[in-house]
Amino acid sequence: MSGAIEHDDALALLRAMVRIRRFEERCVELYSAARIRGFVHLYIGEEAVAAGVLDALTADDDIVATYREHGHALVRGVSARSIMAEMYGVQEGCSRGRGGSMHLFDVEHRFFGGNAIVGGGLPIAVGLALARSMQAREGVVACFFGEGAVAEGEFHECMNLAALWRLPVLFCCENNLYAMGTALARSESEPDLVLKASSYEMPAWPVDGMDVIAVRDGARRAIEGIRAGGGPHFLELRTYRFRAHSMYDPERYRDKNEVEQWKARDPIPAFVERCAVTTDELAVIEREAANEVDDAVAFAEAGTPEPVTDLTRFVTSEPGRT
Amino acid sequence: MIAPGSTVKLTYREAMREAMREAMQRDERVFLMGEDVGRYGGCFAVSLGLLEEFGPERIRDTPLSESAFVGAGIGAALAGMRPIVEIMTVNFSLLALDQIMNNAATLLHMSGGQCNVPLVIRMTTGAGRQVAAQHSHSLEGWYAHIPGLRILTPATVEDARGMLWPALDDPDPVLIFEHGGLYNTSAEISESPGAVDIDRAAVRRVGRDLTLLTYGGMLPVTLAAADELAAAGVEAEVVDLRTLRPLDDETIVESVRRTHRAVVIDEGWRSGSIAAEISTRIMEYAFYDLDAPVERVCTAEVPIPYAKHLEEAALPSAATVVAAAQRTLGRA
Repeated sequence: MSGAIEHDDALALLRAMVRIRRFEERCVELYSAARIRGFVHLYIGEEAVAAGVLDALTADDDIVATYREHGHALVRGVSARSIMAEMYGVQEGCSRGRGGSMHLFDVEHRFFGGNAIVGGGLPIAVGLALARSMQAREGVVACFFGEGAVAEGEFHECMNLAALWRLPVLFCCENNLYAMGTALARSESEPDLVLKASSYEMPAWPVDGMDVIAVRDGARRAIEGIRAGGGPHFLELRTYRFRAHSMYDPERYRDKNEVEQWKARDPIPAFVERCAVTTDELAVIEREAANEVDDAVAFAEAGTPEPVTDLTRFVTSEPGRT
Repeated sequence: MIAPGSTVKLTYREAMREAMREAMQRDERVFLMGEDVGRYGGCFAVSLGLLEEFGPERIRDTPLSESAFVGAGIGAALAGMRPIVEIMTVNFSLLALDQIMNNAATLLHMSGGQCNVPLVIRMTTGAGRQVAAQHSHSLEGWYAHIPGLRILTPATVEDARGMLWPALDDPDPVLIFEHGGLYNTSAEISESPGAVDIDRAAVRRVGRDLTLLTYGGMLPVTLAAADELAAAGVEAEVVDLRTLRPLDDETIVESVRRTHRAVVIDEGWRSGSIAAEISTRIMEYAFYDLDAPVERVCTAEVPIPYAKHLEEAALPSAATVVAAAQRTLGRA
């Protein structure tokens, strides 16, 4: 169990987690009602990871995420309105409806996308960090990916390159134990992820991803190391996905008891109890989150589909772009 | 001070090197990275001497990790740099195809116009050097299938010298395919060359009887065929496509409307080739101007073999181009 925390800081972390949870619960309803389509990958159960890591970053740091990135975008400050509108496929969406759930982008918030190719975001993160290094800009690039990415060649290429060039990348491996339906031990000859990362001469350690303070403190420690010139760091954030992989997942690959055991470690109620959050405080957070989601849905419902005549926009840059 | 009109003799290799040197001098955001670009001097010696001039920060040797360093180029471009990434050959670029296709070509659209990727990727393409099937293919036509990329195929020393700067100036990803057989070709070019217009094809030889459309390493072959045809009394126009995406339809169609006959010469395989695309566009835009079906001369549908006689037999040659031209003229 991690250390003490100021009460206001605790409320901020709790607010972040609750916002993600309520936003995504609404996504499920909207998906069932066919208001949003495509793939929707829920982060429910894993909220402490995004809430904790992003709390340790500054507004100048860069973020590269995966297709399970609603939570990271929300906590980063991408508006719930623009995320919901993106899922509705309207031009008020953060990617103008061109990306959908898996491709949330907001350059103003230095949020360089949800990437739906497992491992595909890691080279981009290395490049963002290379530019920082060459431009002598401070700051770090936080790169999120699941443990499934560890089996990809791009993971190993990027760990090596980032360490070789001592680039300021915080590799955040969200280990939820299953790459879609494939358990880690069924896909890795060496399932110890920290050992793998360490073999690239990179500081690496495991973190309890169900404990938001542990996540925040682990990220802070890693970021301090990076800022001090220690090169890339690797965190294995041990967490669990409470819901299906995506929307078409009968969950034949995992035991119901296992899911229930992890749900007993739900990062939100445990944190409420531990930080002695009062009923009134929690009610305020819940009400704000509900209002935010209602407002986002109303905004998305009122959104405007992009004209079909604009179909081929953004394939190449428009005149004047440099 | 360079006297106006003064020229210098350069090889294609030296022209690419000069283009990189000039770009690095003009813009501090430009840097080169790839396998053996630094200490080794480039696998085809294109970057020889640049490490000494610009240092290891800007001439970066990378591990053999095509996906990582191409993707790193994408990330660096997103953050305001102007990377030139060198991949040894087009065959090796397939190890980075995920980054080229799913990120470089796609991020702008997927982000609703936010993330343009001003990246230049240079690579060698083509056969003719007896280096067999994993170093010899011509996949530029494949890449030309992908929306979001610009595909350049410099065929002359002047284009090798002048295409890089406009490529770096393009806000979107540009792939430059350098034919391995061209590196040692040389020409007198202006000492102070300007940028090449990378939106337009170039007519390399004017003719009235038929149009030969080609690009890259097939340009010398096609020009040799045009000489042979001229000796037989046939005046062939030779169009160097220069840019495979976007294609300059206007120049292609204008020429074919004048000559009424066309042969496309393409070092790629015939099925699903850029030659097929060009032939289709001629059909779509100039069908009623044609006096004969469009002919294609492409590489035989075989992985490029090592043995010299087999490799030669697989590739378009002046003789096969002449034969195709004669067919369109009804003289075969």
